[in-house]
Amino acid sequence: MRPFTKHTGLAAPLDLANVDTDMIIPKQFLKSIKRTGFGKNLFDELRYEDEGQPDQECDGRPIRKDFVLNQDRYKGASVLLARQNFGCGSSREHAPWALDDYGFRSIIAPSFADIFYNNCFKNGLLPIVLQAEEVDQLFAEVALREGAQVIVDLENQTVTSPSGATFEFNVDNFRKHCLLNGLDDIGLTLQQDSAIRRYEEKRMNDAPWLFLPRGQ
Amino acid sequence: MSGKTLYDKLWNSHLVQQRDDGSALIYIDLQLLHEVTSPQAFEGLRLAGRKPWRVSSSLATPDHNVPTTKKERISGVDGIADPVSKIQVITLDDNCNEFGITEFNMKDIRQGIVHVVGPEQGATLPGMTVVCGDSHTSTHGAFGALAHGIGTSEVEHVLATQCLVQKKSRNMLVRVDGELSPWVSAKDVVLAIIGAIGTAGGTGYAIEFGGTGIQSLSMEGRMTVCNMAIEAGARVGLIAVDDTTIEYVKGRPYAPKGEHWDMAVEAWKDLVSDKDAQFDEVVVLKAEDIKPQVTWGTSPEMVIAIDEPIPRPEDQKDPVKKEGYARAWKYMGLEGKTMLGDVTLDRVFIGSCTNSRIEDLRIAAQVVKGRKVASTLKQAIVVPGSGLVKAQAEKEGLHEIFEAAGLEWREPGCSMCLAMNADKLGAGEHCASTSNRNFEGRQGFGGRTHLVSPAMAAAAAIAGHFVDVNEFVKH
Repeated sequence: MRPFTKHTGLAAPLDLANVDTDMIIPKQFLKSIKRTGFGKNLFDELRYEDEGQPDQECDGRPIRKDFVLNQDRYKGASVLLARQNFGCGSSREHAPWALDDYGFRSIIAPSFADIFYNNCFKNGLLPIVLQAEEVDQLFAEVALREGAQVIVDLENQTVTSPSGATFEFNVDNFRKHCLLNGLDDIGLTLQQDSAIRRYEEKRMNDAPWLFLPRGQ
Repeated sequence: MSGKTLYDKLWNSHLVQQRDDGSALIYIDLQLLHEVTSPQAFEGLRLAGRKPWRVSSSLATPDHNVPTTKKERISGVDGIADPVSKIQVITLDDNCNEFGITEFNMKDIRQGIVHVVGPEQGATLPGMTVVCGDSHTSTHGAFGALAHGIGTSEVEHVLATQCLVQKKSRNMLVRVDGELSPWVSAKDVVLAIIGAIGTAGGTGYAIEFGGTGIQSLSMEGRMTVCNMAIEAGARVGLIAVDDTTIEYVKGRPYAPKGEHWDMAVEAWKDLVSDKDAQFDEVVVLKAEDIKPQVTWGTSPEMVIAIDEPIPRPEDQKDPVKKEGYARAWKYMGLEGKTMLGDVTLDRVFIGSCTNSRIEDLRIAAQVVKGRKVASTLKQAIVVPGSGLVKAQAEKEGLHEIFEAAGLEWREPGCSMCLAMNADKLGAGEHCASTSNRNFEGRQGFGGRTHLVSPAMAAAAAIAGHFVDVNEFVKH
C-alpha cells in the first residue's frame, strides 16, 4: 500500500449530503475482476449525461457541465470536500478504488458511513472527519479563490485551510501507523498467528460444532 | 457491574487480541463469498503466495450477476449472455476450485442469494461471527450471530488470517412494543425504524432489535429486519436467540447434530442481552402505530405510511434536508403529486435478500391470487432467493398463481435489486420493489424505486399504483 504522510492538494467541493456508493461507482462497473481502472467512471451518473458502460471510452461522452469535477478550476483535485454520511450504502471497495484511481488522496466530511470509512484506509486513502462548521469554512474558502489548496498532515493530525486555519482530526493509532508506513495489515495480523491458534484451540473446546466438517 | 448486551457477549467470545487504541482482532467463523467482491481478494492471496487459513469456514455462491430467465439459465454459466458478467462468475468457480472452497454454482439447486442460502443451509448458526463482502450481511444477525458487511481487502484479510480488525461499536436497542396490525410485515417495521432514526442514525452502533413486535416475527421476518440495519447506518443488526431461532436451525443440512446439537442449544440459550445490560441508546416504537410503508424519495429514510401525504421540500426547516428533498422530488418526478397512490407504476419487483424467501412469496401469491396485474404495467417479476425457495414455491403451486395473474416467475439471484444483470428499470420508470435501496440509479439508470413489503408490491401490481393492502384485500 502507498504510504500517506503529508499531502498538499487542490480541493474540490462536492456539496451534497448522503452521497451513496451507487453514486460513487454505479453497479455496471463492479463486474470488473481488477482493482484498477475505475477512475474514469467515478461519480459516473453525476458526471456524464448518458449511461456509462464497462470498457467504454469516456473521452467523447456528454458531460454534466455543472458537476464539480467537470469544472476547469477543479481539474487535478486530490482532496474531496464532502457533506454528511458520505459513502453510505453498499460495502463495495470499488468506491475507494475509484476515488483513488481518479487521483484523490483524502476526503474531508462531517461524517462517513462505517464500511466506506474503513475501506478507505485499506487503499492509502485518508478519510477525515471534521466538525460541521470546520467543513463549512473549508467549503467557503475553496469557493472563494480558484486553485485553493488544502494541506492534510497525518503525522500531526491536522488539516490546514487555504487561509491558514488549522483543524485537528482524530484517527485510530493502528490505522495511522499502517497508513504512514504503507503497511499491509494481513502481514501484520499473520505475525499474531500463535494468538490466533491459541484462540482456535480454546474455541474448539468450547464450541466444537463450529469446527466440524460441514453436515456432521 | 452491569450486565452484558448480546453484542458484548458475541464480541467477547470472538476476541483474539485487544489493541491499545481500541481496535481488536476478532475471529471469524463463517465467510460467505460471491462473484462481485471476491475476485480481487483471491488475486491478492495469489500475488502474496498465501493460502486460506481455514477453507471449511467459507461458503460461496454466485448471485449478483446471474441472469434470471430460464432461457439464459438452462446452460449454467455458459448461458450468461453478458460476457463481462460471465467472466466474473467463471472467476468465482475457478477460485473456489483452486482454493478448495465449497461453492453452490449455477447448476446447483442450492445456489441463490448468499443471505438466503447461508441460513437455509444452517451454515449460519447462532453465536457465530459471519462476514461477507456485502453490506446486507447484517441479515444473519437475526440468528443472534455477529454479522458484518466488509470490503474486498477485508475479504482477503479474513481468508488469509481468519480474523478481522475491528473496533467495537456502541450498543443501541430498538424496541418495537405491542402487536403488529394485520398486513403489516417485518419490512414495514424496518422501514418505519429507518424513517424514525434516519440512514445515519445507527452509524457506529450495533443495533439489537427487541420487544414483542420483533419477538412475534418468524425467522424470515427477523432476517428482513436485520437485513436493513445497514440502511439505518449500522453494520450490525441483532436479534436475541429464542425457541423460534432454535426451531428454525434444527435439522438444516449444516446444523450440528446429535450430542453437538444438544451442546450448541445449551450455549445458544445465553445469546440474549442480560436484563440489567446498559445500552448507549434506546429507541422505542409502538407496533400499533406502524402502517404499510412506502418510500417516496432516493434514500430509505424518505419513507411514509401509505395514507400520508408526500413531504414537501418547502416544509423542511433544515437546509440540508430541504435541498436533499428537492433533489429527490425532481429525480422521482413527483411534481403535481400529493399521495404515493397518485404515482403510476411501470414495473414491480418481488425479490432480493430482503424479501425473496418462501413466506414473502406466499403472502404475495395470496394477494394476487385470482386477480390480474394492471394493464398499465410494463412488467412484474418474482425472483425467488434460492433454488430451494423456488422448488418449495413450485411444490406449493405459487408459480402458477403468479403466472396466472401475469407476473413472471424467474430463476434465483439478486436481479433487479441492483440491476447488475439484465433485469433493470428504464429511465424515469417507477417501480414498486421489495428490495432495500432506492438510491438514484440503483435499479437502472434514471430508474425510480419505491421500497415496499411483498404484500404491498403485490397489491400495487394489481392496482397499477400504490394502495393500502389492508383495504385492497377487502375488495
